[in-house]
Amino acid sequence: MTMPSAIRKQGWSRKQKRLAVIAGLAVVVALATTLVLVALRDQIVFFYSPSDIAAREVAVGTPIRLGGLVKDGSWVRQGQDNSFTVTDGARDIAARYTGILPDLFREGQGVVAEGSLGPDGTFMATNVLAKHDENYIPKEVVDALKASGEWRPE
Amino acid sequence: MSIELGHFALILAFAIAAVSAVGGFAFWRSGQRIALVLSQGAVLQFILVAVAFAALIQAFVSSDFSLLLAANNSHSLKPLIFKISGVWGNHEGSMVLWIFILVAFGAMVATFGRRLPNDLLALVLATQSLLTAAFAGFTIFTSNPFARLIPAPLEGNDLNPVLQDIGLAIHPPLLYAGYVGFSICFSFAIAALVSGRIDQAWARWVRPWTMLSWTFLTLGIAMGSYWAYYELGWGGWWFWDPVENASFMPWLAGTALLHSALVMEKRNALKIWTIFLSIITFSLSLLGTFLVRSGILTSVHTFASDPTRGLVILTLLALVIGGAFALFAFRASTLRQGGLFAPVSREGALILNNLFLATSVGAVLVGTLYPLLLDALAGTTISVGAPFFNLTFGTLMAPLLLVLPFGPLLAWKRADIVGAAQRLIGAAALALFATILISALSGITISLAPLGLLLGFWVAFGAIAELVDRSKLGRIPLAESGRRLIGLPRSAWSTAIAHFGIGITVLGIVATSAWETERVTTLNPGESTELSGYNIAFDSFEAVQGPNYLSDEGRFTVTAPDGSTRQMLADRRTYVASGMPTTEAAIETYGFSQLYLQLGEPLDETHVVRIWHKPYITLIWLGAILMACAGLLSLTDRKLRVGAPRRAKSAPQAAE
Repeated sequence: MTMPSAIRKQGWSRKQKRLAVIAGLAVVVALATTLVLVALRDQIVFFYSPSDIAAREVAVGTPIRLGGLVKDGSWVRQGQDNSFTVTDGARDIAARYTGILPDLFREGQGVVAEGSLGPDGTFMATNVLAKHDENYIPKEVVDALKASGEWRPE
Repeated sequence: MSIELGHFALILAFAIAAVSAVGGFAFWRSGQRIALVLSQGAVLQFILVAVAFAALIQAFVSSDFSLLLAANNSHSLKPLIFKISGVWGNHEGSMVLWIFILVAFGAMVATFGRRLPNDLLALVLATQSLLTAAFAGFTIFTSNPFARLIPAPLEGNDLNPVLQDIGLAIHPPLLYAGYVGFSICFSFAIAALVSGRIDQAWARWVRPWTMLSWTFLTLGIAMGSYWAYYELGWGGWWFWDPVENASFMPWLAGTALLHSALVMEKRNALKIWTIFLSIITFSLSLLGTFLVRSGILTSVHTFASDPTRGLVILTLLALVIGGAFALFAFRASTLRQGGLFAPVSREGALILNNLFLATSVGAVLVGTLYPLLLDALAGTTISVGAPFFNLTFGTLMAPLLLVLPFGPLLAWKRADIVGAAQRLIGAAALALFATILISALSGITISLAPLGLLLGFWVAFGAIAELVDRSKLGRIPLAESGRRLIGLPRSAWSTAIAHFGIGITVLGIVATSAWETERVTTLNPGESTELSGYNIAFDSFEAVQGPNYLSDEGRFTVTAPDGSTRQMLADRRTYVASGMPTTEAAIETYGFSQLYLQLGEPLDETHVVRIWHKPYITLIWLGAILMACAGLLSLTDRKLRVGAPRRAKSAPQAAE
């Protein structure tokens, strides 16, 4: 890093130039770090099983992900409005979704729903993710089912 | 027989690569002889892996189900194109494709690099061989694609229906060419660190490879985004899914590398940073491979869920990246710095570009890895989704886009910012005018959309302003300006086109996010509905037989606001072999906008349809295509040709 002849022009010495670059760098990195920390505090979404929701008293309106199995015989469809129950074996929670459910949404199968709790305790889903194919069950659901002892590998 | 031949060829390629790597690092000082041996070794590796790859393709095309891989992933009724693309629609085959592209790049360096200094060429090829040996070894020992299945079944299990699409034939090869192409930059960086010699010639060599890989990666990501958009049926074009981020991070780092290599080539500055970026970019490519292939994340991209493979890939990753950074730490200080410049200069602007791109890579990396780390360490499952990335990435990109048009107008060493600003006044005024006009016409209230539009127009017009300025348009006679415009170096054109492409993509993103409309409704044959001025009539619903699936087709007639009518066809398929259903959305393009229609599962003869109107969504991918075109154009610039700049006639064309 030894430079023999520093070129002096227009009053900016080599040291000052380097300082300016480093200061700019520090400002942007500080900005990015702050942003990331703020976003990690406010913008992350927690994944809960129905038992977690019962245990933690999740606030109404907080975005969360709900995972579990679609309870057998619980899926009712009226036009584009769907209601079903998500279970982890120990606890159930009623969920509602308006729209077209994924192709592999089935009773007795794993599901992850994004949304929030409504005032009546029903889960209002804004997005429903089901399996991509026969071999795929969301990892979160597997873990939640294992935790509640309901995991049955096929 | 051909399968055993392929297997043997892959093992032989592994052996040659291992010998080349060891020999190359041991004898790189031995001058021309070692360089020649390694060049021949690189070409031989390419031929052998090509044989292995061809053997796999042959087995898939002829539906040879005694090959376990074909039995698991193919079906005799599949159309030919999906039989071929099915070769890499699985873990083992995709690793072979990865290696094939890796050795292809190695062979290209060997062929076109004869004019490189012998020691540099030897070190680059040795590093390439090391990578080939590592990944060929991984494939042969943990995920052998040539395993036989005895007795052979009569029929295969078919490929995941989601992957039976033309997208699989295009997206992975393009993306891999981008990922793996950065290995050349990585090898050059390692060679520079080992030999302790780095100069402008080095940068002149690295830049075309970066440009080529970056172009492939741009196309690969855009293609992947469009494929997810039309195939997954969620109507979105980017989900900030970890797998998408895995491909986006090397792109951001590669974009930074492209710009820093420019500074190094022209001004002999930023050497250490360029080396660092080369290593980072390829490390992020490897990280992408690891994230996608290890089974840590579950997504459409995950084929393998064998934990030992994940561990092996993680070990490989740690060795390659850790080794490279250790070498960097030991040797970087021996590289000589050079090239002084004032903060306000082209170099300064490019440093700013690198600063924002590098921090945004950091932000995306944190968002992608944080959930995995939290899950592993604390057992808490969270998801870091679009809100996180939109906030962090968006905030970091805004200032970058704001200063972007200034960059090309600044002079090297020391620039006049006021002069640059004066030349951009026209672009700023036009951008402001366009934004106000659109905002007034569409009647939006205060939101972020006008700011986004302003940024998009500013970048796009700013890119044009540079061309206008350099051709002196309006200040000298028109014909003279035209001549000047044609006479501009291709690098100036490609800069302008690439930056214009970014502006176009930004405009597409903003327009579709701000003005997208959506309707979910019950609709039966004979009924119609309306969205954003489009009348959609459901004509008929019937069962149709496809080559390897059964399909329920819904036919729709769409009447556009201008009165023209078009047919749309949305279907739901059930694949015979796997019994898996998929939904094929109907998409109709009107100008730059699209109408997207998805048919739900029928219940008691009633149908649910979900319709989106996505204004100007195609601009997102058009912008990416413009960027890729700019990359290709810049590769045809004589100054950037791969190989010796003076040899005009025999200068290699492969990079084009």
